[in-house]
Amino acid sequence: MSGKTMDISINLNGKRVAASVSPDLSLLAFVRAQGCKSVKCACETTNCGLCTVWLDGQAVLSCAVPMARANGHAVMTLEGLQAESADFARCMAEEGAEQCGFCSPGLIMNVLSMEREIRERAAAAGEEPQMPSDEEMDSYLAGNLCRCTGYTSQRRAIRRYMASRFAACAQAVVAGQEE
Amino acid sequence: MSMIVTRESERANLSCVGAPVVKRDAAALLSGKPVFTNDLAPADALIVKILHSPHAFARIRDIDTSRALKVPGVVAVYTYKDVPNKRFTLAGQSYPEASPYDRLILDQVVRYVGDEVAIVAAETEDAARSALKLIKVDYEVMEPVLDFTRAKGNPVVIHTEDNYHVNGAWINNDRARNVVASGLSAHGDLEAAFAECDIVVDETYHTLADNQGMMETFRSFAEIDAYGRITVTASTQVPFHVRRMVANALDIPQSRVRVVKPRIGGGFGAKQSGCNEIFCAFVTAKTGRPSKVVYTREETLASSNSRHEMQMHVRLGAKNDGTIVAIDLYTLSNQGAYGEHGPTTVGLSGHKSLPLYNHAKATRFAFDVVYTNTMPAGAYRGYGATQGLFAVESAVNELADRLGMDPCEIRFKNLVTPGERLAQYDDNELYSCNVSACLRRAMEMIGWDDKPLARDLGDRVRGLGVALSMQGSAIAKIDIGSVDLRLEETGFYTLSVGATDMGTGSDTILAQFAAEALRCDTDRIVVHGVDTDVSPFDTGSYASASTYLTGMATIKASERLIAELRQRAAGFMGVDADDVLFDGERLLAFAPGTLAEGGADIPEFSGIYDDVEAIARSYRLAERAPEAEPVAEMTLAELANRLVAGGDGDCLTAHAAASSPTSPPPFMSGIAEVDVDKATGKVTVVDYVSVVDCGTVVNENLARVQAEGGIAQGIGMALTEDVQYSGRGRMRTRSLMTYKMPTRLDVPDIRVEFAPSYEPTGPFGAKSIGEVVINTPSPAIASAVAHATGHYVRTLPITPEKALFGE
Repeated sequence: MSGKTMDISINLNGKRVAASVSPDLSLLAFVRAQGCKSVKCACETTNCGLCTVWLDGQAVLSCAVPMARANGHAVMTLEGLQAESADFARCMAEEGAEQCGFCSPGLIMNVLSMEREIRERAAAAGEEPQMPSDEEMDSYLAGNLCRCTGYTSQRRAIRRYMASRFAACAQAVVAGQEE
Repeated sequence: MSMIVTRESERANLSCVGAPVVKRDAAALLSGKPVFTNDLAPADALIVKILHSPHAFARIRDIDTSRALKVPGVVAVYTYKDVPNKRFTLAGQSYPEASPYDRLILDQVVRYVGDEVAIVAAETEDAARSALKLIKVDYEVMEPVLDFTRAKGNPVVIHTEDNYHVNGAWINNDRARNVVASGLSAHGDLEAAFAECDIVVDETYHTLADNQGMMETFRSFAEIDAYGRITVTASTQVPFHVRRMVANALDIPQSRVRVVKPRIGGGFGAKQSGCNEIFCAFVTAKTGRPSKVVYTREETLASSNSRHEMQMHVRLGAKNDGTIVAIDLYTLSNQGAYGEHGPTTVGLSGHKSLPLYNHAKATRFAFDVVYTNTMPAGAYRGYGATQGLFAVESAVNELADRLGMDPCEIRFKNLVTPGERLAQYDDNELYSCNVSACLRRAMEMIGWDDKPLARDLGDRVRGLGVALSMQGSAIAKIDIGSVDLRLEETGFYTLSVGATDMGTGSDTILAQFAAEALRCDTDRIVVHGVDTDVSPFDTGSYASASTYLTGMATIKASERLIAELRQRAAGFMGVDADDVLFDGERLLAFAPGTLAEGGADIPEFSGIYDDVEAIARSYRLAERAPEAEPVAEMTLAELANRLVAGGDGDCLTAHAAASSPTSPPPFMSGIAEVDVDKATGKVTVVDYVSVVDCGTVVNENLARVQAEGGIAQGIGMALTEDVQYSGRGRMRTRSLMTYKMPTRLDVPDIRVEFAPSYEPTGPFGAKSIGEVVINTPSPAIASAVAHATGHYVRTLPITPEKALFGE
């Protein structure tokens, strides 16, 4: 703790927020103080994924981002993605995959980030976006811990959601599940 | 039309029970609403931080807080000199509490690395942290007891304080020898039974002090209400027990304390013990200001509570044909520094493992629970049964291998069956049990008959292993669940519960029960809990109690409310209540005698819950009535409005409590298929199938997720959760970097099915599911690894080194 403060300004969920803060204050602590309580802390060692937010559209662990680095950038939390996350939230609820729900916001932020990356990568390559494989989903989301569900119900929810988003491949998934 | 059922054949008639109803709090949780403890704390709450002991065993000679108090923003620093000298326990248990009263808020003697030395309260996080570093403590460091196999009778005695207190002689406490509790239960002539045996497996098994690992760490905040009382909002499974702990710790009457439970980010038993509630309550009592304490992951791993580490010596005797004749189990349980849940957890290691093999002619179960200078143990899903089943199921697997028998076949030969009295289970009668069906179906799911126990796949070997599990459903004759059910204006209901939904969905389960009994949609049931000022008493959500016990209270309250509704409607319609039928929406009056009960077709019933039988009878009336035309009717909405809002005002509330003379065991099978890498020894679970008998499945989604989640925790326990201490008693595994819980890369798609028996003492035939699901992975995976490698790993976890080279 340096004891000094710096003036920062970020775009938080579409609104400009300015404050004078310690430069090493974490983005996690800052957004919670701004009322974004969906962002949770569960480890302090960047192992759990619960504090996942978007920094300029990229999923990051907000516990590892000091405010000096967030300064001038756009930050999105689940509070700012209520409409965009509704479909995936419904898939989760219908599978009972939220359980205690403490890790859900971080997971949702990362699932939506994965979806967006798939679209952007496909667009850059001039291809149709493809439904990710189970391995790709597990690997992308490996940093999102959950102690309640054993991940299996989350996988069901994520598959269902991705299948609904990437219609071209939905058929293959449905067929796979019926095996 | 739905109806109450009291037997299996009627289960198909249920409409709300069994449906995959979405959790009532799902929308709030999945949109990130501020519903957890730390989201709700007042913005001006003082930040409370704890100074933890760096020594495993020491006496504080001197403690200087003067420099810490000078830090700007620091409001108070408290030491052992400031707290009441009255001992208590943090175990969340019912009267008479089994755990010794061996704690103070802060003590002059610290008994493990992580024990609390001082409390700092400050305006900001930074000030509190700075102050912690400036507290100067002069310790007289003492020789600790770190090895629990040497604790009993060790010259170093951990608890010598003169105000130490036990609530009952039955725990056989002998603290002068570091013994928290000990006991013995035996049936049959053990030595004669062993003399009959052709083969005896004689092995020792060892499980570690695993951490529950809930995502939400321990946290609480306190404030003083308008009446000058202390209100503690806490992430706890046991609000009513926390009320007692806070009162005991602060030495104030319980009437001065209120405890509120918001949404909880998982508990798994960790939050069946109190933790930091006493610290914020103390700070608020002293300063008059709101205060909050949020534990870090490090504190949660190293300064709270864990599973009891246990060493279990099993002697399992059998005939050459695989008939199990005698079992002798001795469990040594490592309590750590304070006695929470010590006398009780250990019992389950025998009482919830040996009954699987109830046909044995003789069994003996003896145990000691010992203090050491390590982190105190507490409750963790499975609560001793997990440890005992690792030992007993592993021994059965070893027996099968030594006899060259199929491990499933040896179980079919010996398994307990319904109707038996369970010798090691308080001689309770086993009413419902589908454990054989669970095993048979799991074998089909994995293709057991077509697979060898080990297959060489080139760079790895694939092994197959099996295990069975049982647990209980609430603590017989001790736990109590109760509800208040209120009729509200327009005819909806408020169900007030003291059971603590900690993410499991018990609020939803209880709403399903109420909706089934009241014949309405679950949306018509508002569930509220828990606030100890408002909610009816409930011992809390632990011991797999909520569905079974609070569920039964919900049914009883529903019946009482229905009886009241019929009575009041009869008054308004000018008929006799016996001629009034409630169909969920309307109260229908029939000509006298139309609803008279035939008397035939009364189902066979255990008689334990006469209320349920009464409810069932009242519902059977409905089946006979439809042919007749009602002579009068009124809607529930009309009745409710007239009662609540009209001039005939009377607000109807039904209260009911339930406790049970028995604790019906759920059962479960688990089969693991694992790959062991020939070069690295890494064990990968490639498939896991499981079939659960939890009685009636109340909510298939939630039951399935319970099972999948419990199995994943069990996989962590089996393979990676390797609690380690340094030679000086400092826990090494104090972050999620070093304490390795499974990620989604470590867990396959777990396949779960149900083989529901019908439990006559349970609500709609339900037993429990919360804990039974964690018990199969360790023994099943250990056996699969043994089949793949020839190494029987008897000390968890099964690290690559142990898999490759043996222990």
